Amino acid sequence: MSDTFTFTVDGVEVAAEPGQTILEAAQNAGIYIPRLCHRDGLEPAGACRVCTVMVDGRPQTACNFPASEGVVVDNETDQLLELRRDIIDMLFVEGNHWCMFCEKSGDCELQALAYRFGIAAPSFPFQFPADRQADLSHPDIWIDRDRCILCGRCVRASRDLDGKHVFDFVDRGPAKRIAVNAEARLRDTDADVTDEALEVCPVGALMKKGTGFDVPVGRRTYDWEPIGSEIEKRQTQE
Amino acid sequence: MSKPKIATTSMCGCFGCHMSILDIDERILDLIELVDFHKSPVDDIKEFTDRCAVGLIEGGVSNDENVHVLQSFRENCDMLIAVGGCAINGDIPSMRNKVPLRECLDEAYLHGPTVHNPDGLIPNDPEIPLLLDRVYPCNEVVKIDAFLPGCPPSADTIWTALVAVLNGEPLELPYELIKYD
Amino acid sequence: MDESLEQAVSEICDQYNNDPTRLVDVARAVQARLGHVGNAAMDAIAGNLGIHRVEVESCVSFYSFLSTEPKGEVVIRLCDDIIDEMKGSSRVARAFRKELGIDFGETTPDGRISLEWTPCIGMCDQAPAALVNDVVLTWLSSDAARRIVRELREHMDPQKLVHSFGDGNNAHELVRAMVDNNIRKAGPVVLAPVTQGDALHKALSMSPAEVIREVKTARLRGRGGAGFPTGMKWDFTRGSDGDRKYVVCNADEGEPGTFKDRVILTERAELLFEGMVIAGYAVGAETGILYLRGEYAYLRAYLEHVLDDMREKGLLGKGICGRQPFDFDIRIQMGAGSYVCGEETALLSSCEGKRGDPKTRPPFPAQKGYLAQPTVVNNVETLCCAARIFEKGSGWFAEIGPHGSPGTKLLSISGDCSKPGVYELPMGVSLADVLDLCGARDPKAVQIGGASGRMVGEDDFERSVSYDDLATGGALMVFSHKRDILKPVRKFMEFFVEESCGYCTPCRVGNKLLLQCLERIMAGKGVPEDIEYLERLSENIVTASRCGLGQTSPNPIRTSLKSFRVAYEDMVQEPEGALRPSFDLGAALAEAEKIAGRGSTILNE
Repeated sequence: MSDTFTFTVDGVEVAAEPGQTILEAAQNAGIYIPRLCHRDGLEPAGACRVCTVMVDGRPQTACNFPASEGVVVDNETDQLLELRRDIIDMLFVEGNHWCMFCEKSGDCELQALAYRFGIAAPSFPFQFPADRQADLSHPDIWIDRDRCILCGRCVRASRDLDGKHVFDFVDRGPAKRIAVNAEARLRDTDADVTDEALEVCPVGALMKKGTGFDVPVGRRTYDWEPIGSEIEKRQTQE
Repeated sequence: MSKPKIATTSMCGCFGCHMSILDIDERILDLIELVDFHKSPVDDIKEFTDRCAVGLIEGGVSNDENVHVLQSFRENCDMLIAVGGCAINGDIPSMRNKVPLRECLDEAYLHGPTVHNPDGLIPNDPEIPLLLDRVYPCNEVVKIDAFLPGCPPSADTIWTALVAVLNGEPLELPYELIKYD
Repeated sequence: MDESLEQAVSEICDQYNNDPTRLVDVARAVQARLGHVGNAAMDAIAGNLGIHRVEVESCVSFYSFLSTEPKGEVVIRLCDDIIDEMKGSSRVARAFRKELGIDFGETTPDGRISLEWTPCIGMCDQAPAALVNDVVLTWLSSDAARRIVRELREHMDPQKLVHSFGDGNNAHELVRAMVDNNIRKAGPVVLAPVTQGDALHKALSMSPAEVIREVKTARLRGRGGAGFPTGMKWDFTRGSDGDRKYVVCNADEGEPGTFKDRVILTERAELLFEGMVIAGYAVGAETGILYLRGEYAYLRAYLEHVLDDMREKGLLGKGICGRQPFDFDIRIQMGAGSYVCGEETALLSSCEGKRGDPKTRPPFPAQKGYLAQPTVVNNVETLCCAARIFEKGSGWFAEIGPHGSPGTKLLSISGDCSKPGVYELPMGVSLADVLDLCGARDPKAVQIGGASGRMVGEDDFERSVSYDDLATGGALMVFSHKRDILKPVRKFMEFFVEESCGYCTPCRVGNKLLLQCLERIMAGKGVPEDIEYLERLSENIVTASRCGLGQTSPNPIRTSLKSFRVAYEDMVQEPEGALRPSFDLGAALAEAEKIAGRGSTILNE
């Protein structure tokens, strides 16, 4: 394409097309920029801030910042690694993440990021929120708000892919939480087990009933290879 | 030259992490070459009589006895390692942190579906430790120097960590040994 | 379903043409009619506006002046900022509690009166102050609190609690407020007398391009604090493609310690609205929106009256000033209790009837703002300056103050000084001169720019108020030597935790962690490494946060650590025993001791 231009990520030249974000262009070039609230196919939100990079020295989220000709992007600097670690730690202490009995363990993107960053324990005090209600009302789906990291993927997927708007955020600040399109219960919404919204949850907050623990330990997504490896392999294959 | 001493304890945990220590199998023979076990459920030494190089802590801090034990470990060990999820974040026992203590006791001793307690009393002998308002991660009670995540951490994880620490090397676990489950 | 509720909601939605972008207005109106926006009301609103119920809940639950739970007929909201605290709000609070027999956050058993705290309501110069529904009560004392409750119980009419009116337009029949302007120094730009229509006629005699050039020649910069060149902003908006363009005036003066816009809105509304019309003419907009913070609802009727008056005089509406056909009208959008809505993109979200989440940038408002159309968002004071530039000339304006910061600046001064109030001073004035003027008593620290600004000490008093030195939206809080410096810092951090929208992780979680650490230090349980923790965490919150709130919220800690590090160092110490000082064993055991009726055996051996 004639409009193609280039910029650099950690000194590596990356090609991009107009309209691409920094994350997309880097990913196409086999460079993994860690992300959590973003997922390919969903409108980027810039909420979790894990994909923060420096663009010409200024912090921007790679998931929604447009790539442009000649910009210098820093991705894996000590400062950014520490910053991302802090954000991952914050998400771990903010909720109640009891990995050892979570059906998503081994396939959880939050956990996988912590593994990739070599985090043995978060550096912040655990908050142990007591007010996070589970919703078991739906016959096929359940919500475990203890595990929710407020990434908003389900909100966007339900709205934009399912055309339903089953989920949205209510309240604000530390009290912000995911709510359903009904007075209280998921069963009173038009949520369905085939909804895309169920496929996008990075953690074990939005789960299908009756399907836990079907992949043995050792064969799960992130048991042996860090999250992002699939993107980084593109680089080595070329 | 005398060998460095190692102490271990299981506080509010399930002893699974200690099982995992034993899971190092025949490497325990190598370990015995490297260290002497001091206060530990392994040899049943109850009190510290010597300074230890390393203290391995399993379990979170759930009651006054746990506080007492953890305090004595901090006082008598050069390095404390939180072993396993419970010691790091309270894990399963910390599920009670969502429920007020009074309700926990009522459920356990008075109103739970499987409770048979005709006297309607909550056990209260002075020898019984008093529960804290919630389960505390060890690092919130004393300073913890290193963390081995997992429920339990695998024998390989424990072995790798111990060898590194005892040889004075930095404790860096490879990717496949950092697991939270 | 309750038919009267259905009907009330339906009537209200009709008033707003069932337009979902007016959801904030609809919710405000429903609350005014029904006392709260409960489950049934949310369902009804969603049905009428054709949106999902959870969208209504998302919006309603965001704003602190809207409630999904029933509240008292009258809500007393006592201002909770640091200045009010210094002026005795805790005594007032005690009197309210005792007289009402309820605590903050509660409603009297008869369902008539609720008592709440609220962040800064823009009355620091006459603190302690409170809002009783929309009515502002100032200079409160414990006696006043008792009297207020007794009177309310008799008539339940907040307006009747106002026994005397303040100066100027505060006494206007449409305002009738006991608020004082406290204009201590009127300068030539904003607070000088206004000849209505003068600025507008002169501006409209030029072409829009000439108007923008004039503002650029005056080198006018935004008065909200960030200091972006106004002419450039107008130019970008004019040059952006869009079906419609909008001018939005940010009158969501929520920065704790700031109240100068309140005075402008009370005394110079004509000048402000002329500035908006000129901006509209310059960028090619037909609609202006004044986003008025919920706390200033008492000014709304008066402001509507000024707008009506301008329409009658041909200064607003169709065919303004009669020259080229130019139509421009202004509507007032009420806020509903949210600081982050002062952030320009959050403000636009709020105008669109959504929760006040900031928007992703780019695109910037000048490209895609209100309803995704090019929008210029300016501060109240900026628009007044713009209007005056056309009356007096850009050269006249540019000559006031230093080259990089022309014009005057309105300062809202409060705290330990004998003359709190509003000062219009030339840009570049030194802090020392300002402190002299306001009668600062033995000043130790000045919080400049409000909670998100910075705390400076004596070493910085010779610095100047300007974009090139101490840039500020205009709030100056003076703290004397008898004050504990960490108290305002904690107050500001509590404020940010409360006001974070929660969209991004570092602001939502990080500020809470900062506050917890600060509280630990203030309780004497801090250790030296806590200071490093505060610094490192602050740095990362500033870098990683999505909008101005999180990018500035650690400022109280960062700047006080710079200017008053010793205040922190004095509070921390190396732990003596093995237990962390932050672990409160007594508190951890208290409940079990109560239940068991005994103390710990093992720890007492």
